[in-house]
Amino acid sequence: MNLKLKALTRSIWVFHVSAGSCNNCDIEILDLLTPRFDVERFGIQLIGSIRHADALLITGAMNKKSVPRMKKIYAQAPKPCVVVAVGQCALSRHMFRHSYNVEEPLDSILPVDVYIPGCPPKPEAIIDGIVKLVAKLRKNA
Amino acid sequence: MDIREQIRERLGPQIIDWKEKSSRRIYFSVKTQDVFKAVEFLFKELGLRFSIASGVDTPEGFEILYHFSCDKTGEIFSLRTLIADRQHPQIDSIAPLFSGAEWVEREMWEMLGINFKGHPNLKRLLLADDWPEGKYPLRQDHEP
Amino acid sequence: MSHRVVVPIGPYHPLQEEPEFFQLYVEGEKVVDIDIIIGYNHRGIEKLAESKHFDQIPYLVERICGICSSSHPYAYVLAVEDLLGGEANIVPERALYIRTVIDELQRIHSHLLWLGLAGHFIGYNTVWMWAWKYREPVLDMFEMITGNRNNYAMFKVGGVRRDIQDGDVPLLRKALDELKPALDMFRGAVMDDPVIQMRLKKVGVLTRAQAVDWCVVGPTARASGLNIDVRRDEPYGVFDRIDWNVIVEKDGDIFAKTVIRILEMYESINIIRQCLEKMPKGQIDADVKDIPPGEGIGRVEAPRGECIHYIKSDGTNRPVRHKIRAPSFMNVASNKVACVGGTISDATITLAAVDPCYCCTERVAVLRKPDNQKILNGWDLIKLSQEKTEQIRKGMYHAGT
Repeated sequence: MNLKLKALTRSIWVFHVSAGSCNNCDIEILDLLTPRFDVERFGIQLIGSIRHADALLITGAMNKKSVPRMKKIYAQAPKPCVVVAVGQCALSRHMFRHSYNVEEPLDSILPVDVYIPGCPPKPEAIIDGIVKLVAKLRKNA
Repeated sequence: MDIREQIRERLGPQIIDWKEKSSRRIYFSVKTQDVFKAVEFLFKELGLRFSIASGVDTPEGFEILYHFSCDKTGEIFSLRTLIADRQHPQIDSIAPLFSGAEWVEREMWEMLGINFKGHPNLKRLLLADDWPEGKYPLRQDHEP
Repeated sequence: MSHRVVVPIGPYHPLQEEPEFFQLYVEGEKVVDIDIIIGYNHRGIEKLAESKHFDQIPYLVERICGICSSSHPYAYVLAVEDLLGGEANIVPERALYIRTVIDELQRIHSHLLWLGLAGHFIGYNTVWMWAWKYREPVLDMFEMITGNRNNYAMFKVGGVRRDIQDGDVPLLRKALDELKPALDMFRGAVMDDPVIQMRLKKVGVLTRAQAVDWCVVGPTARASGLNIDVRRDEPYGVFDRIDWNVIVEKDGDIFAKTVIRILEMYESINIIRQCLEKMPKGQIDADVKDIPPGEGIGRVEAPRGECIHYIKSDGTNRPVRHKIRAPSFMNVASNKVACVGGTISDATITLAAVDPCYCCTERVAVLRKPDNQKILNGWDLIKLSQEKTEQIRKGMYHAGT
């Protein structure tokens, strides 16, 4: 189904992947599913297979071992696939940018559509980012 | 006899120096060839728990500290040894004594390039498969 | 209907070579071997620490693991304070109490997180939702004290960075009071449930001898009868001035690990309550300026076990060596024996029982021996695990099928 149409029908399927993260952002993303934040009311669903994903939520500082895996996952995602960078590590590698095992930031490996800053971003901030993403997709529809 | 006395009695001739930095931190040094027997004594006979081993690149060579915890008293006994040969640093692996040492030695091998003789599975643990050979991140000559 | 019939095969693609963290080799339903491949989180923190000042390092090590966010900075500052002469001799008393409160609050949130994930893996999604729902007030308490739900930036060499305001104490007490009935509910729902008992008892067993051989720590060790806990063995903070219990079980199975984590949360509430009562007024920071040459070792009992840091200093403002050993480093390796001999439907919960980083357990694959063909991925395994629970519940599960 066309992504823009999906945005209009309010059911975006999101695949979450971590590339060398401390898990804080990952836990805050999972927190979105819990009763207090309940992201499913915005039409967002976390799914288990990249092949059905409309959006890719990426956390982590892109350490060397994870980069090939990240590229493979993106290649398997049906296009168009929106890439959302969650957390400071995904944005700019944060304090790991001088490490020997962290070479490139995410947006030099994959095209990033939405940046959600924070360490970790609060669930409200992640929801805000996703809502802005949905609005952007609808505007372009 | 408390643990310190037992160690000094059994390993006495092999102990090069002995420092008690505080009531719960004891550091003592042995030669690399005596490490295996010393660890066997600490782990198997005294029943100390192996916490971690740390390796560091110093001007004198590669220094390894094996940290053993005596949980009954809260003391940590750190066995120190210095590998002076910087070109081909090697030491007998303690992994045959207990499985908990396997990953610890693999990490020291890939980070510092110390060869652990007799290790059952000395291969990369943390670094990527395409990490260049001969580059050891924790050595002083590796860029930060 | 035999269990074998419902096992889903795939989806897998011949070209899909995603590196897996845990590769399980099976013959039939039995796990015969396991490869554990780590390194996907390796960010070179020990090397980075050598180029940071001593006072920058707490921010760095806080982000080693987001769930034990206060354990690593605490172990680090204890290592530096060990070098300087010992926490008890340097840190003001009020700061010791604040450190203990933060450490125990973290234990509660971490164990609730684990409880939720374990519930999800065995198909009790209500446990997941409720555990994480009751985790939120704990994160609110953190936000009230430290300004952030995670990554608290509380620890510095010589003390803590922020005080607990007097006005916050009644709110903290109220939140703890409200948490206790929730724990009672989990205790009843989890520990007394016969299906969960059937699901978790005698599963993923780590014997006492294996626990010693693999040098495991924390609830993983205590579940196998090893009575070790850094808070009691080498007290830090104010653990030697508070009445509390170490929880030890002897069966070494996942049920034992679950019981320990639930009961430890009660102890944590108890410890925090005593701290809030006894905390004196006073300074919270000793204002340490220079670190002389020397070495120090610091360790804390993180929710997962002993977290130990070693620091070597040469008198400059950066460490010569900073060795970090998280508890999971020892515990995850022990899966080599805990998983082997079990069935694939028990694999996810066994791997999760040592409470590793979440994103490690999401990358699991099952390969069939002898041709090493991949047959299941992580999501399939979670489904299998949930299905087994369902079958037990319906009285349809037969061991060995």
